[in-house]
Amino acid sequence: MRTTDILRTAARALRGNRLRSALTTLGIIIGVASVVVMVAVGAGTQAAIKDEIEKLGASVIMVIPGSANAAGARLGAGTRPTLSDDDAAAIRDDASGIVTAAASMAGVAHLATAIDNWSSGVYGVTEEYFIARDWKLVAGRQIDEQDVATGAKVVMLGATTAEKVFGDADPIGQTIRVNQLPMEVIGLLARKGQTMDGSDLDDVGVVPLSTARDQLFGRSTAKTRSVSMITVKAESEQQIEEAIAEVREVLRFQHRLTPGQADDFRINNVAESARLQEESSAALTQLLAAIASISLLVGGIGIMNIMLVSVTERTREIGVRMAIGARPATILAQFLAEATILSVAGGIAGAAAGFAGAIVAETNFGMRVELTGEPVVLAFLFSALVGLVFGLYPAMRAARKSPMEALRYE
Amino acid sequence: MALIRLDRIGKRYGVGDAPVEALREVSLEVVGGDSVAIMGPSGSGKSTLLGILGCLDIPTSGNYLLLGEEVGRMSRPELAELRCRRFGFVFQNFNLLPRLTALENVELPLAYARQRPALRRAKAAAALARVGLSDRMSHYPSQLSGGQQQRVAIARALVNEPDLILADEPTGALDTVTGREILRLLDEVNAGGTTVVVVTHDRDIAARMRRTITLTDGRVTSDSRAQVRINSTSPVRAVFP
Repeated sequence: MRTTDILRTAARALRGNRLRSALTTLGIIIGVASVVVMVAVGAGTQAAIKDEIEKLGASVIMVIPGSANAAGARLGAGTRPTLSDDDAAAIRDDASGIVTAAASMAGVAHLATAIDNWSSGVYGVTEEYFIARDWKLVAGRQIDEQDVATGAKVVMLGATTAEKVFGDADPIGQTIRVNQLPMEVIGLLARKGQTMDGSDLDDVGVVPLSTARDQLFGRSTAKTRSVSMITVKAESEQQIEEAIAEVREVLRFQHRLTPGQADDFRINNVAESARLQEESSAALTQLLAAIASISLLVGGIGIMNIMLVSVTERTREIGVRMAIGARPATILAQFLAEATILSVAGGIAGAAAGFAGAIVAETNFGMRVELTGEPVVLAFLFSALVGLVFGLYPAMRAARKSPMEALRYE
Repeated sequence: MALIRLDRIGKRYGVGDAPVEALREVSLEVVGGDSVAIMGPSGSGKSTLLGILGCLDIPTSGNYLLLGEEVGRMSRPELAELRCRRFGFVFQNFNLLPRLTALENVELPLAYARQRPALRRAKAAAALARVGLSDRMSHYPSQLSGGQQQRVAIARALVNEPDLILADEPTGALDTVTGREILRLLDEVNAGGTTVVVVTHDRDIAARMRRTITLTDGRVTSDSRAQVRINSTSPVRAVFP
C-alpha cells in the first residue's frame, strides 16, 4: 500500500471513532501543553534574573574598604578608610582583564529646588564611573575630567530623583541645592529600574568626586584621598574571577600587605547572588519540564491502551484486510500511523494550548514568560516519538495475527 | 501442471491433551479452470481446507504446491502477495469493510497491490459494473442489501484477476432467489477461466460444480466428477454453445 493510502486509511479509522480519538489525544495535549508552559515560565524567570544581572552589571566588581578593628571589636566592612583614588588608578594601570576602575564616594544628600525637595543617595564619582557601571546618559552631558579636576558644582540626576524634585519640568541647566550647595544640573541618567529586593537604582544624584569630598561630605581626617568604593568592570562576565584575583593582587601590593596579613578591603562580585539564583531557577525549570514530560508518557500509555482495544475490536477487519492481500508490514504501518496521527495531533493541539496557557499566565497572573520555538518543536517531536513507541506494540499484535483466526474472530 | 496439489495435508488445532484434528492426510489436485464444491457436515474441516487452499492458514503437516511452488516455504509477506494476486475470497457474511463505500471496498485489493489511484478506480468501477452494481458505487455496505453486498464482495475478489476464487458458503446468508443470482455470477466467473472452489453443505450448489469433494472428520471420503451438467443454463454452454 502506498504511504498516502496508509495515512488516509488511518485517518479514516480515527474519524470513525471521534470521541475516543479526542479523549486519547487529550493525554498528549495536556502533556505537551504543560511542557510548553513550564518551559515558557521557567525561561521567563531566567530572563528576569538575567535582566537583573544586567542592571547590576554582569561584569562589575565592587571593592569596599575593610573593617576597622577598635580594640578587638571589629566594626564591619567599610569602617576603615583604606581605599583611595590611587588604588583605583593602580588597578586601572596594573590589573589585566579589566575595562576600568572607578573610585567613588557615597552619601545621602538633601536636594531642593523651587518646585520640591527630596533626599537621595549621592555619589561622588570620576569620569570612569559611567563606563564601570555601564550607565548611559539620556540628556545633557556627563561629568568629565575637567569637572573632577576643578571640583565643579555640577550634578547629574537619576530618573526618579529628577521626577521628585523637578516634576515634569526639564531639569537640564537648572540649579538645584544639594545640602544647601547650589549646583547646576548637567545631565540625566538613563533609567535602570529596580533591583529584585526593591531598591530603586534611579533614586540618585551624581556629582564630581572632588566636589563630594571637599564640599558635600567632607574629607576623612585620617586619609584625605580616601574613597568609599571602587567599582571595577571586568572585560567579560566569564573573566570576572580572574579580574577579582588581579584586583586583589594589585590592592595588596598597594597597601603593602605581607603574605600572612588579611586583606584590608573587601571585593564583592555584584551579580554573583543573582547568578546563583539563575542557576537554581534553571534547575527548577528542568525539573518542572521533566515532571511535565511524565504526563506525556502517561498520555502515551493512554494511546497504547486504546490502540490495544482497537486492535482487538477490529480483529475481523484485520483478517479481511489480510485475506485480500495486506502484508503484515502494511497492517503494522496502518496501526502505527493511527497511533502517530493521534499523538502528533495531540502534539500540535498541545503546543497551541501551551502557547495559550503561557499567554494567560502572562496577562492574568503577571508572570513573565518567554515563548520560543525550541520547546514547542521538542515537545512536538517527543509526542510523535511517543506515538511511534507506544503504537508499536499494538501494531505488532495486529500484524502478527493469523488471517484465518482473525477472520473467525467474533 | 495442476493449479493446486495437496499432499497429505494435516491441520491440528490446540495443543496438549485434546488436540483437534481438523484435517487428516488430505491429498488432492485442482486443475486450472475447474469448479469444485467442498461438502461435508459441520466440523468436517471444509472451512479449514478452504483456509489452507487460500493461504490464510498454514497446515501442520504435508505439502502444498501452488503452481508447482512449495507454499510451506514462503514467508508471511510472500503469502500475503499470493492472496493479493492469485486468490479472491468470498465469505458467507460478505466481510466488507463497513466504513468504506462499495467502490473503495473493491479498490482495496488494488491498493494492497500498490496500484495507482486512477487505475484502481477504473478497475474497481469495471469490476462493479461486471456484477451489475454501477449505480451503487458510492453506497456504504449498510445501505446495500445482502445480495448486493455479496456482489460487491465478488467484485472485490475478482478485481485483481485471480487464478482462484475461494467462496465459503457464499449463499449461506441469502434467500434462495438472491443466492441463485450469486451462484450464476460465480458460474460466469468460472466460465471466464477462473477456477472456483466453493465450500457448501447445499447439494444444489454442489450440483452446479463440475467436481464435488466430500469431507468427513477431516478426511476426503468422496471425490466425484459430474459427467453431465445438470443445470441447463450452464454458462459454459452459454458461452460456448
